[in-house]
Amino acid sequence: MKLIINGEEVSIKDGLNVNQLLVEHNVKMPEMVSVELNGQILRRHVYETTQLNEGDKVEFLYFMGGGGGAE
Amino acid sequence: MALSEQQIERYSRHIILDQVGGIGQEKLLASKVLIVGAGGLGAPAALYLAATGVGTLGLIDDDNVDLTNLQRQVIHHTPDVGTPKVDSAKAKIAAINPDVRVKTYPLRATAANLAAIVRQYDFVIDGTDNFGSKFLINDACWFERKPYSHAGILRFHGQLITVLPGESACYRCIFHEPPPPSAVPSCSQAGVLGVLAGVIGSLQATEAIKYLLGLGDLLTNRLLTYDALTMDFRAVKLNRNPDCALCGPDAAITELADERPPACDLKGQL
Repeated sequence: MKLIINGEEVSIKDGLNVNQLLVEHNVKMPEMVSVELNGQILRRHVYETTQLNEGDKVEFLYFMGGGGGAE
Repeated sequence: MALSEQQIERYSRHIILDQVGGIGQEKLLASKVLIVGAGGLGAPAALYLAATGVGTLGLIDDDNVDLTNLQRQVIHHTPDVGTPKVDSAKAKIAAINPDVRVKTYPLRATAANLAAIVRQYDFVIDGTDNFGSKFLINDACWFERKPYSHAGILRFHGQLITVLPGESACYRCIFHEPPPPSAVPSCSQAGVLGVLAGVIGSLQATEAIKYLLGLGDLLTNRLLTYDALTMDFRAVKLNRNPDCALCGPDAAITELADERPPACDLKGQL
């Protein structure tokens, strides 16, 4: 099926849930990513039970903690 | 407050803009912006807001200038190494524009002190470098109903969003809670292209000025992401999250608290 991931069309296996998509899409640190599906931010506990469908718009939003301070 | 001859000259390029004018410039001079973190993001934000003529700037930072800061924290200069960042920044602001009153807070923002400071300002800029502070600023601005600009930078990437508490999506709507510390790469571990701070911090200053003047469309309900390598700016549309623990209808967070690092996760260590 085709999904729009971060604005780009991506072909991906049918029937994946959000957790499987994170693996399939090589998201290396899923704990640093928030997932938005069709405009709604998902809570982590629904990743497993949320199936993706043809044409879904997915955004991986990355935690970015730096501010250029001392760190 | 009428503008002096000198001020009319100093701000002439603003005053000539229909959307700003003398009235807008007077508004800016009467405005107060708080910058939390006088580092990478806070440096360009402070420099531009000072040049702009925002009348009062508050600076919170408990750190001293370090040699490793100078690659990106352009408000601090080589002779400032070892001095408190708020003092170094205050001196530069005074040199740029004597119209600006600077209030310095040489302390670390905490749940105990931040709300009372935020309350005194019209707009807040998050220029901090850690998730605990970022969530704290988001929450303090919610409880005080103050608009603010969130931003983060790492490696070649930056992001920002403007939050109007109660009206637009907040940081917790998107990110819920800080990530586990083990997963967090900091700028010192991961590196950051220095100029990223200038790009993103300047955008934060732009949002502050737009808010103060009531101009244009703020970066609300949109997370702007910037990739310096591809030169792509993307604005990801967002909505307020009805499950948000802070600003949702069933909010679990009812008072300002410091984020404690989550309990140690022993998985993978055994």
